[in-house]
Amino acid sequence: MNIMLELYGLIAIGATALAITRTIPVHGLLYLVVSLLALACMFEQLGAPFAAMLEIIVYAGAIMVLFVFVVMMINLGQPDQLREKGWFAGGAWIGPSVISILLMGLLVYGLNHNTMAVGTVGAVIGPKAVGLTLYGPYILTVELSSFLLLAGLVSAYHIGRRIGGNS
Amino acid sequence: MLGILRTIWLTFLHMFHRNETVQYPDVKPYLSPRYRGRIVLTRDPSGEERCVACNLCAAACPVDCISLQKGEKEGRWYPEFFQINFSRCIFCGFCEEACPTYAIQLTPDFEMSEYVRQNLVYEKEDLLISGPGKVHDYSFYNVSGLKIPGKNKGEAENEAKPIDIHALMP
Amino acid sequence: MMPIVWPILVIVVTVFGVLGVAALSTTLERRLLGVFQDRPGPNRVGPFGLFQIIADAMKMLFKQDWIPPFADKWVFLIAPIIGFLAVLLSFGVVPITPIWGVAGELNVGLLFVFGMLGLGVYSVVLAGWSSNNKYALLGGMRAAAQMISYEVFMGLSVMGVVMAAGSFSIRDIVEAQTNCWFIIPQCLGAVIFLLAGIAETHRLPFDFPEGENEIGAGFHTEYSGMKFGLFYLAEYAGVALSSALITTLYLGGWHGPFLPPFLWFAIKVFLLICFYILLRAALPRPRYDQLMSFGWKVLLPLSLLNILVTGAVILLRAGV
Repeated sequence: MNIMLELYGLIAIGATALAITRTIPVHGLLYLVVSLLALACMFEQLGAPFAAMLEIIVYAGAIMVLFVFVVMMINLGQPDQLREKGWFAGGAWIGPSVISILLMGLLVYGLNHNTMAVGTVGAVIGPKAVGLTLYGPYILTVELSSFLLLAGLVSAYHIGRRIGGNS
Repeated sequence: MLGILRTIWLTFLHMFHRNETVQYPDVKPYLSPRYRGRIVLTRDPSGEERCVACNLCAAACPVDCISLQKGEKEGRWYPEFFQINFSRCIFCGFCEEACPTYAIQLTPDFEMSEYVRQNLVYEKEDLLISGPGKVHDYSFYNVSGLKIPGKNKGEAENEAKPIDIHALMP
Repeated sequence: MMPIVWPILVIVVTVFGVLGVAALSTTLERRLLGVFQDRPGPNRVGPFGLFQIIADAMKMLFKQDWIPPFADKWVFLIAPIIGFLAVLLSFGVVPITPIWGVAGELNVGLLFVFGMLGLGVYSVVLAGWSSNNKYALLGGMRAAAQMISYEVFMGLSVMGVVMAAGSFSIRDIVEAQTNCWFIIPQCLGAVIFLLAGIAETHRLPFDFPEGENEIGAGFHTEYSGMKFGLFYLAEYAGVALSSALITTLYLGGWHGPFLPPFLWFAIKVFLLICFYILLRAALPRPRYDQLMSFGWKVLLPLSLLNILVTGAVILLRAGV
């Protein structure tokens, strides 16, 4: 058992739980960032440094910054915090947590009884291997996601154009 | 684009230019004797105060920073007190121009900072210097027709004897 | 014993070296700006004004460390720490000489640097948000947009180097430049990297998050004392980092004739820092939308073109 891996996992779980329960949105997002960083560390421990770095760059470094950006812009104040507190007060969290625990139980059961999931801790998968795999067997997925990104780019350009303004 | 590169190059060339800075407290700049700095009250060659408390300087002062009070001693006028408020003074030099006796003069000294603003109000003791200032041999009472002890009417320099109006001869 | 002591020694010396370089470059900047503007700069404290750093540090340390009552206290506290740590960690993967470097052979070293730069954005954004001040917020929002955008161009411009060297490890990249520095085949990428480096460390002329004459002091309007000092140090450490990266990626790192490797590295980094300061002295700040449209409409196509041409040349050389 890799003790570092366990520790990172605990940090990730704790940070995620805190991210759900914070009433100030930016604090919640920060805990989510910590959780993502812990996930990246777990990837690194499992022998996938490339995936770990992409996790940090893409998720923690770019996407979460945009989340923080949006939360900053919409300027949530005291009334929103009170409303969030109200959501935690009742039994509203019982349903989601029961379902999540059910899901976790299934996951643990599946992981324990699946012979396919062989732990590959130690075998480091470098950037070159990732690239060869992506542009070898998975070329179709890459092309499809690039289509998706292109569509996103075009629509963003369309939405962001100036209408009737002078340049 | 070329403009940006040219700007960078020109700024780089400034590395080899001479410094324009005067290292002030170490290197004092030259100030001409006519520089308008700290105001002093001078004395005439015999060591008496030149100021005759005529109030012309106070009247000429555009910011009203001069105040004085006339006193009289043996026929000579003198200021009982003479204050210049240097926190107001603009060093325009009008007082020096207005002064009929060369008493008030501006000097090439400007280092007069204080921590307390009140200290910028200079009294007569602070203003008076022991010398004649820029004008070395001028003494107002030697050229004016006023009678003072030791000098009667008509005894001043370039002064004619007083005319005896009771005499019949031309 | 030796295998444990050596890494710790390397780490400690590197950390204090970075701190020293950052502190020294504050004074260097003030002196050099003076020279470029025909004045001597700070020269009163110690010989040639060298002790100005100590005077500055004492001033920073003894100033009142004030947290505004309307600020979000903990976020306010950790924002400068994040920024400084991100820069400091990035230095870990920069190999300085063939034998010196904390983790220069990390096989995703370059990606690690970009990850840390991406986390460095949080410092500015959170500082802007937690100050609860409209100017700070404006600075934080500008920082988020600018730094994320320019990180894209920075990453894309470096891909040419990565393709030419065939590795993400910075040590391998330096080793690949034994015969020919990458600035010659990758000159376009080098220029883009330099520009993106300025924007990424929000230095003049791209210091929109601060923008003194527009939005107060931007994201660090409410900061004082040593917390401001950390921002200040992080900025100069960022300049040193981006100089060190340009040195290792494009200027051949420690390679050079006659002189020992460390000296070559130091000379190149020093000259690049001076060049950054020259840019600051020479160029005015453009408008914010000009910066963004310059990035997305000029730098992005150029960096993509760079990747395309580099890839084509490599494939042609390989004879596919």
